[in-house]
Amino acid sequence: MNAVVADITYRAMLGRKRIWLLVLLPVALIGMAALLRLIGGWDEHTAVILMRTFSISTMLPLLGLIAGTGVIGPEIEDGTIMHLLAKPISRPVIVLTKFMVAASLVAAFGAVSTFVAGYIMVRDESGVAYGFALGSLAGGVAYAAVFLLLGVLTRHAVTIGIIYALVWEGLVGGYVPGARTLSIQQWATSIADQISSSAFFSTDVKLSFAVPALIVVTIGSVLWAGQRLRSLSLTGEE
Amino acid sequence: MTMTSAQTATRHSVVELTQVSRWYGNVVAVNDVTMTIGPGVTGLLGPNGAGKSTLLHMMAGFLAPSGGTATLNGQRIWRNHEIYRLIGLVPEKEAVYGFLTGWQFVLSAARLHGLPSPEEAAAQALDLVDMKKPKDRRIETYSKGMRQRVKVAAALVHKPQVLLLDEPFNGMDPRQRLHLMELIRELGAAGRTILFSSHILEEVERVAQQIEVLVAGRHAASGDYREIRRRMTDRPHLFRVRSSDDRRLAAALIADPSSSAVSMTEQGIEVQATDFRRFTWLLPRLARDIDVHLWQVSPTDEDLESVFAYLISRSST
Repeated sequence: MNAVVADITYRAMLGRKRIWLLVLLPVALIGMAALLRLIGGWDEHTAVILMRTFSISTMLPLLGLIAGTGVIGPEIEDGTIMHLLAKPISRPVIVLTKFMVAASLVAAFGAVSTFVAGYIMVRDESGVAYGFALGSLAGGVAYAAVFLLLGVLTRHAVTIGIIYALVWEGLVGGYVPGARTLSIQQWATSIADQISSSAFFSTDVKLSFAVPALIVVTIGSVLWAGQRLRSLSLTGEE
Repeated sequence: MTMTSAQTATRHSVVELTQVSRWYGNVVAVNDVTMTIGPGVTGLLGPNGAGKSTLLHMMAGFLAPSGGTATLNGQRIWRNHEIYRLIGLVPEKEAVYGFLTGWQFVLSAARLHGLPSPEEAAAQALDLVDMKKPKDRRIETYSKGMRQRVKVAAALVHKPQVLLLDEPFNGMDPRQRLHLMELIRELGAAGRTILFSSHILEEVERVAQQIEVLVAGRHAASGDYREIRRRMTDRPHLFRVRSSDDRRLAAALIADPSSSAVSMTEQGIEVQATDFRRFTWLLPRLARDIDVHLWQVSPTDEDLESVFAYLISRSST
């Protein structure tokens, strides 16, 4: 970790308009939960559906995408990354620091808002709020790592990230059971299921697969991004 | 502007390129370039698209050579972050965080270098580029020249032995330009190795002792620019002459083999001298002998622009 790199990255992510992208979905989630509570349309089943479809399937990949690509992609695009790279700091350390920033943002905005929304609806009933919060945290961290890697690998990280989240996880995962095994959403849900005792849960991926998969994908993505940044070519205006 | 003793006490550093090439697919950006950049100020000159930035980025470790080697004091540059203890880089791109103030930007550079007194180093560097006053404004509010200066301050904050600047005078007003030129000259005189790229000939002429000319990715010439000019003996020198009797002087000059062509213009006569030494020796004597007064003798192609144009034409043939 490098404190200066982290400081600059936090300022870039939180001090500009980008923060609204991070705030928007969590606010919508909490707003929906509060509304359901107010109109009395809440129960454990509704809470699980909302958490699963909105929090895990929609908000989490989008927050991961915004944070993961946002901590490094724009800097590579506009060349400001040179300020960091032209210093005697190992590039894997720069990547690790940026990953920590992205992961902390997904945790703060994704996992915390998921917990708050769950708690508003069902309090601590069946451990739904705790389960989804932890699942969001683990899934969000993995998303941040994967999308950070994409941000280093390609200038089309956002497009590829959206295609992955919508097409692979949303569409293919919905119809092809085998594809769910390779889905961060499913791994996150598997963790939520393990913690919650709710009867409304159903997961396709076992925890014994989900946890190692999350660890391998997260660590592997960060290591790969670090190596890729070591070989990153930047050219001038010519 | 004065250099501190710490800034003047420096170990000499040498950047060496050996048969360096860089290509993008089928496009060759830099072709088999060998050059050594030592202490003092060196100007990397060439037209837009000549490969200057590509070469500079290879020296700065931001681009891998497709062939050949780039080293700093014998150490490989590519994928070696330790070399940035010795190198300061001023990229042409607006590589600055607009949301930081000038002070925060330069201070962050000092901290990233792990300097023992980052605040002191940042203050010194900002002072050096005359950016003390606006240092607390956000960079996004700066003019292009101010951004350029704050980039220079960030590159100088750790007092690097080698300073690489890509088109550093772009966007600067004349006063800022003179200020930076003076600073570069001082750093060069203090023994630092400085390389700056430019396509503006006047800038290179005024700052650099040594010139490396890059044309179409090739190393077209190297040395003092006047020296380069003198070495081009195969090229006619063009002189504009005004006298009391242009017609008579023209007739006398064309009779001598030192001039290949003489033409009458509204301003006088233009002479193409194929034998520079003989022509400059002959002209005053000839004028005296035929009783013609010389009002003006001016070489029209002694500037770097002419040298440059000649090198381009020679490289493309």
